[in-house]
Amino acid sequence: MVAVQETVDRVRRIDVDQYRYGFETLIESEKAPKGLSEDIVRFISEKKSEPAWMLEWRLEAYRRWLTMTEPTWARVNYPKIDYQDLYYYAAPKPKKTLSSIDEIDPEILKTYEKLGIPLREVAILEGVEPPPGGEPSEQRRIAVDAVFDSVSVATTFQKELKKAGVIFMPISEAIREHPELVRKYLGSVVPTSDNFFATLNSAVFSDGSFVYVPPGVRCPMELSTYFRINERNTGQFERTLIIADKGSYVSYLEGCTAPQRDENQLHAAVVELVALDDAEIKYSTVQNWYPGNSEGKGGIYNFVTKRGECRGANSKISWTQVETGSAITWKYPSCILRGDHSRGEFYSIAISNGYQQVDSGTKMIHLGKNTSSRIISKGIAAGKSQNTYRGLVTAHRKATGARNYTACDSLLIGDKCGAHTVPYVEAKNSSATFEHEATTSKISEDVLFYCVQRGLSQEEAVGLVVNGFVKDVLQQLPMEFAVEAQKLISISLEGSVG
Amino acid sequence: MNLVLSKTDSGRAVSNVFVKANGRLPGAGSVADIRARAFEAYKRAGLPHRRIEEWKYTDLRVLMHHVLPLAPQPDAAALARARAAVAQAAVEKRAVEGAAKLVLVDGVFSPNLSDIAELGQSVNVRTLREVLDDPANEGRGDLLLTTTTDAVISLNAAMVTDGVVITVTDGTELCRPIQIVHVATTSSASSFTRSHLRLGKGVQAAVVESFVAVEGARNHQANDAVIVSVGEAANLDHLHVMVGGADATNISSGFFVLEASAKLKLFSMNCGGAVSRYQAFITLAGEGSELSANGINLVRDKQHGDTTLIVDHVVPHCTSRANFRAAVDDRGHSVFQGRIIVRPDAQKTDGRMMTRALLLSDEAEADNKPELDICADDVTCGHGAASGALDEALLFYLRARGLSEKEAQALLIQAFLGEAIEEIADRTLREFAILQAERWLGARG
Amino acid sequence: MALLEVKDLQVRVEDREILHGLSLTVNPGEVHAIMGPNGSGKSTLSHVIAGKPGYEVTGGQILFRGEDLLEMAPDERAAKGVFLAFQYPVEIPGVATMNFLRTALNAQRKARGESEYSTPDFLKKVREVSKSLNIPQDMLKRGVNVGFSGGEKKRNEILQMALFEPSLCILDEMDSGLDIDALRIAADGVNALRSPERAMVVITHYQRLLNYIVPDFVHVMAKGSVVKTGGKELALELEGSGYAQFEHAA
Repeated sequence: MVAVQETVDRVRRIDVDQYRYGFETLIESEKAPKGLSEDIVRFISEKKSEPAWMLEWRLEAYRRWLTMTEPTWARVNYPKIDYQDLYYYAAPKPKKTLSSIDEIDPEILKTYEKLGIPLREVAILEGVEPPPGGEPSEQRRIAVDAVFDSVSVATTFQKELKKAGVIFMPISEAIREHPELVRKYLGSVVPTSDNFFATLNSAVFSDGSFVYVPPGVRCPMELSTYFRINERNTGQFERTLIIADKGSYVSYLEGCTAPQRDENQLHAAVVELVALDDAEIKYSTVQNWYPGNSEGKGGIYNFVTKRGECRGANSKISWTQVETGSAITWKYPSCILRGDHSRGEFYSIAISNGYQQVDSGTKMIHLGKNTSSRIISKGIAAGKSQNTYRGLVTAHRKATGARNYTACDSLLIGDKCGAHTVPYVEAKNSSATFEHEATTSKISEDVLFYCVQRGLSQEEAVGLVVNGFVKDVLQQLPMEFAVEAQKLISISLEGSVG
Repeated sequence: MNLVLSKTDSGRAVSNVFVKANGRLPGAGSVADIRARAFEAYKRAGLPHRRIEEWKYTDLRVLMHHVLPLAPQPDAAALARARAAVAQAAVEKRAVEGAAKLVLVDGVFSPNLSDIAELGQSVNVRTLREVLDDPANEGRGDLLLTTTTDAVISLNAAMVTDGVVITVTDGTELCRPIQIVHVATTSSASSFTRSHLRLGKGVQAAVVESFVAVEGARNHQANDAVIVSVGEAANLDHLHVMVGGADATNISSGFFVLEASAKLKLFSMNCGGAVSRYQAFITLAGEGSELSANGINLVRDKQHGDTTLIVDHVVPHCTSRANFRAAVDDRGHSVFQGRIIVRPDAQKTDGRMMTRALLLSDEAEADNKPELDICADDVTCGHGAASGALDEALLFYLRARGLSEKEAQALLIQAFLGEAIEEIADRTLREFAILQAERWLGARG
Repeated sequence: MALLEVKDLQVRVEDREILHGLSLTVNPGEVHAIMGPNGSGKSTLSHVIAGKPGYEVTGGQILFRGEDLLEMAPDERAAKGVFLAFQYPVEIPGVATMNFLRTALNAQRKARGESEYSTPDFLKKVREVSKSLNIPQDMLKRGVNVGFSGGEKKRNEILQMALFEPSLCILDEMDSGLDIDALRIAADGVNALRSPERAMVVITHYQRLLNYIVPDFVHVMAKGSVVKTGGKELALELEGSGYAQFEHAA
């Protein structure tokens, strides 16, 4: 009991103040006036030199948004957001037109360096230790798109990707350069009217990444976007659209950080994935927005809509997420399994500490025949946080042969936090086979003592056990990310974990 | 949103129902005030619909449309029909053998059809009407209060006409089950009943609630609530059975509070009715109390059967187990919602919940929503949910051994349901449940 | 200086006193057997030395090389060289044994201000030791003790003992759940670790284990204290006469 009490005390003391990415970059920026109106929407569209159809699309979304109300069903509490008190556009002020990465504001480059994200095209993996049992690291490369506040500041490896036929660029550029692709797919998975936050995003999104992988192409490297909110009182509304054409494959990684601020900041992104026949998209997220301080002050409201559609037969979409940041997370990366024999996967680690609130999970919507899905969710609640898994699995009348397996496990560290599991399992035809299991427990005192007797500190012991608990999900991440995520998990539980 | 919806036709219609019924409702003064407040609460919310999370899968605005007028006070002819139906049920083994019956006809207690005398000295039975009408009884209004804000329960408090108030003295071991029988004799009408059951310390009892409709009584709506306190170290076997009336609507709510070391074995059985919802709210309020909640939900045609179970662990060292099975045929729709709540102080809670649905037709639908809501760390809790068709390999094995397809299916379904039924401790109740399940299987086309 | 000195130790669990004034002195190089019937407090003694939570020391002292052990956290004790081989080693799902071994070893070395093992050195060492204990490599890739047989779990404990090189090894009922072959392998592993610098405390109910690990001293515990101390022949004597005489005496 004593040992556990100690852990609990330590966790209680944890300062989410130990957030390591809380610094601010001092650069000049250009902002639109505060508040939201048709004029602001026009302003954003104009800044991006968008075609008329795009402006119309945004305005329609904006008008729709005015008629909508904020959802209240999630198990999260926050003071009412004043949508007129936010900046909807902020961009680092360019000193001149950039022709190469060397001309990017060195402050921004430094920021990404501090975050460990190289924007220069160098091999980044030297010295990274493979996880136990993992393959020795070959020199793999990752193409990075860096989004700073609302705009993309750099995209690396463009040339090499182009050679393979892969389009990877800021969505603002894609709207200008590949309007036929953007028009065809934008909003086709998450319609502009989908939900309050997605509709808001549709009206005001300023940038994000666009990926198109042509038929039969296996994307030669991991694609990655790093999001950074820097400005004060700024909402970040990025939009990501990934299309994997027939028989193609792409693995995409996303990371997020923000400076420490006392006020809450809104992040309402939309991610849409489309997988055509025999295509596969693997989407991994390590979300580490600023979670607020130890008193629950500040932090990001992470209200994100992520959805993928397995539009073609035999297609596959796999979501993996490691959620450690944000004051509030409201996020359900989902799969619409429309193509016959398509497959959806959701692997999640959600860690909450301090006063964080997480309401996250997935939706697996089985529409095609013989579709299958798998959900593995690991929730860890510490401090005074609330951690909810919410997931829907549904098979429609015609989705014969649908299969799902779901396992949700929650771990509680301390007696001031809560873990909640809210699954919705809906079978609408007799050939659907669904299995769901969930458990909630705490770390066994015997296991902790065993580790401590072997010389590990309480914190190391908790870290070890937690990493064991989440292993099934970590394994789903690309190796570089798995190492980073493992460290992040330890930091998130810092105070109790080494 | 609710304000707008309560202005619909069904909202107005129910207002009329309440006004018209008012003269017939027992309890004046403070009781009438409580009713009026309850009705206001109902009117604000209206019938629960799919956007109310607790009613997500059972949208009463779609399934019930509106609340029907209160059934008239049963006359001699109605009572005679009810008597015949009760006798017939005994013959057809639709009643629990040897039980002491307390019969409510169209929401009114009928002493002549009941076996009060057989219950003995240690069991006190009064009617709810009697208690509510007794001005000397200051706490009588409490009988209409519960802790929930559920609109159907508010409506029950507002409209209730009668029920039974049973008190069993400490240490009593009842030698026969008590069966509360609700009989509907009229068509296109509703009844609202509420009963209280208070078991003293160390009491051993078995209680059944059942609902039947007489031949020819169509389209009846019943809204019943039962409020049970299980005293320290008492032991209750409680069975809720919905059997009658293919076009009936049944909304039943059970509230159970368990004192220290009390044991409740709850079983809910639904094998009839167009729309039925059984919602049980169980509070483990005393340390060392134990709950075993089980049930079967058998639906066919276009029936809709919903079992909702809220298990609330308030104190440390309590155990709960739940095991529910549904068999869904034709275009039937089964719903199971279960939630284990562990309050911050309820350390060392051990809670498990399992729900399984068997889909017997292509158009059958089963929705499961098992939740965990845990706010204490030193607990072991888990749930599981599964749905699917009969195992083809097992079916084939049985066919290869000479069983017809129907026999093979029946055998497997029986085994599937049996795992829940065998949890009923009381032999009489268990055999009764088996018989009803067999009957349902026998009627499979 | 004595390696371990337990002086007049009194221990409570909840409201019950389990040890009432137990004393024991162990010098480097010695092997002590502690025998006694179930419930005599043998395992309590091992847990208190290792610092398991849940025990309240109400009197007495435990000195380790003259330092007050009771003031140290369990991991500090481990780093100082106290090793408890558990009667029931726990399972830690998802944590590969190899990873666990390295994490623990480096934690101890770090606490002692020593450099961490390099990966090749570590792997070499583990390979050597596991081979001598008949531990297959694939076992090291599995979660700690997950799905291990009783014998495998005990061998894993001895593997750790060999790797961590503690100065005091406490073996709590090492023979429980082992058949004769598994016992022999485990005992050979332990014997290989005997050295003039290292002491062992072997806790057992049965004399059988002491045929394989021959002690220098045998202590008989009954009802929370040591009631008799002697040489290895005391164990044989007990085999014949049983514990009843001591239980009455205590």
